[in-house]
Amino acid sequence: MTSLSQALWVLLLGSLLGLELIGKVPPTLHTPLMSGANAISGITVLASLSLIANAKDNPALLLLGAVSLGFALFNVIGGFLVTDRMLAMFSRKPSASKAAKTTAEAAR
Amino acid sequence: MNALDLFGYAIDLLAVLLLALGLKGLSTVRSARSANGLAALAMGLAVLGLLLQIQPDPTAWLWIAVGSAIGGLLGLITARRVPMTAMPETVALFNGCGGMASLLVAVAVALYDSADADLVALISIVISVFVGAITFSGSIAAMGKLQGWLGTPGWTQSSVRHGVNITLAIAALVAGITLPGDPSGVSLWLLVGASSLLGIGVTLPIGGADMPVVISLLNSYSGVAAAAAGFVVGSQLLIVAGAMVGAAGLILTQVMCTGMNRSLVSVLFGGALGGSAPVGGGGDEAGYSRIVSCSSEECAMALENAERVVFVPGYGLAVAQAQHALRELSKLLEANGSEVSYAIHPVAGRMPGHMNVLLAEADVPYEQLLEMDTINPEFPRTDVVIVLGANDVVNPDAKNDAQSPLYGMPVLEVDQARQVFVVKRSLGAGYAGIKNALFELPQTAMVFGDAKAVLQQLCTELRSQGVGKVAA
Repeated sequence: MTSLSQALWVLLLGSLLGLELIGKVPPTLHTPLMSGANAISGITVLASLSLIANAKDNPALLLLGAVSLGFALFNVIGGFLVTDRMLAMFSRKPSASKAAKTTAEAAR
Repeated sequence: MNALDLFGYAIDLLAVLLLALGLKGLSTVRSARSANGLAALAMGLAVLGLLLQIQPDPTAWLWIAVGSAIGGLLGLITARRVPMTAMPETVALFNGCGGMASLLVAVAVALYDSADADLVALISIVISVFVGAITFSGSIAAMGKLQGWLGTPGWTQSSVRHGVNITLAIAALVAGITLPGDPSGVSLWLLVGASSLLGIGVTLPIGGADMPVVISLLNSYSGVAAAAAGFVVGSQLLIVAGAMVGAAGLILTQVMCTGMNRSLVSVLFGGALGGSAPVGGGGDEAGYSRIVSCSSEECAMALENAERVVFVPGYGLAVAQAQHALRELSKLLEANGSEVSYAIHPVAGRMPGHMNVLLAEADVPYEQLLEMDTINPEFPRTDVVIVLGANDVVNPDAKNDAQSPLYGMPVLEVDQARQVFVVKRSLGAGYAGIKNALFELPQTAMVFGDAKAVLQQLCTELRSQGVGKVAA
């Protein structure tokens, strides 16, 4: 019973942490945040790995474990990469527009 | 507990800490990218720590290698290849696969490894299968709707759908209750089937404008599914990370609902706004009495003399892939001495931040993207507003007409500007399926056509007037 109550505490505290972490988010970041959180939810890889490790050579378990590992890793790797792609666009600095403005001034 | 175990636990704790910091960092522009990397690192650490603790045998390693290689490679390719305009669908796809993973783990344990499972483990299995299946089928349905593969069938807009969904929910509940005493597996498959159909049945009736909210909610579900899988395999790290994502996703969903002035309940159970309006608009040109349409030449002339121009992008821009054409036009205007900015409504597009991502792809400087609260006071001193494929988010009825279904939704007050051009393919209704009073205002003119084509024409017109020659 200790392990259950422990697990429930972990569940409770984890949920509270999640509620606290996301307070104010600028709308700009909604999509990347969703995508990033989504990648984190791919943490099911751990469950898939445990399943495979505890399969005791049962082929069905190994197969199901490997398939679920594939799905989970698809989520994790794809999710983090796509989030990074989105965020990489935000980090570019507005040198282009400034250059355009100075040329405009020069033209006038 | 030997030294290796202890090391494994230490890594677990570090992983949780980094995941939390990553999630936190993702909510600030400055730190977002490194936070994403931090979360990815945490994930890697967690996997490493687990591998140290479980020490798979060679057979297990082989299966791990095969599964990781296929899933990882597909993820890599998808993430690289997918166009920025398809971001919402992509997130939905990834999300669905996360749910599928939790579902498969629970099914595998239920089928082959439940001999020594106690009540708690069985309940966890049921929850994991139920939530995992809903996440998967719901996300795939959402993706199908966003891609235009799935429409909004008529019956889903009648109250029939409540009956169907309630039946499915009851079937899933019964299957869940009978699962522990049923070695035949019938209950399990009934649970999988009913939950999957329920995921589709709940997602299908929801109109496109509400899709972001649904994806965000499904994202929260995939966290819950992961936490449930954590109970199934007894991993605290999984529980804490899943709970974190579940709760954070819920908050994000709430934030989005507030932006649209809708409650989560009405999004989930209210069906598509405007009922029978077909997804993607079209038809229904009746109802407008005084519409002024104009050519791109006239629009270009207005732009040439404008001191201050504001673009209002919407889903139409994403569909037409017109972000680069838009950027080109705004460069020309800047070269002409106009002040250009972009008004971003929190729910423009099909996903919050959709427009930001899209415009960022076209190298639009971040500083020019202004949020609703910043730009609204600026409209009265704006010469020309160009609305590109946005509709409901600029509808003045949301402020003025208490009868309108949109009433109370915060909108961009473009009707305050001196001149408004609406670039649109037809007079079809917006996603909410209702008339837009903006189109009938005296200062509004419609420029009919595909957003990209119109923008390119505008560029050509401006160039032929000699604008931007030096800058180019």
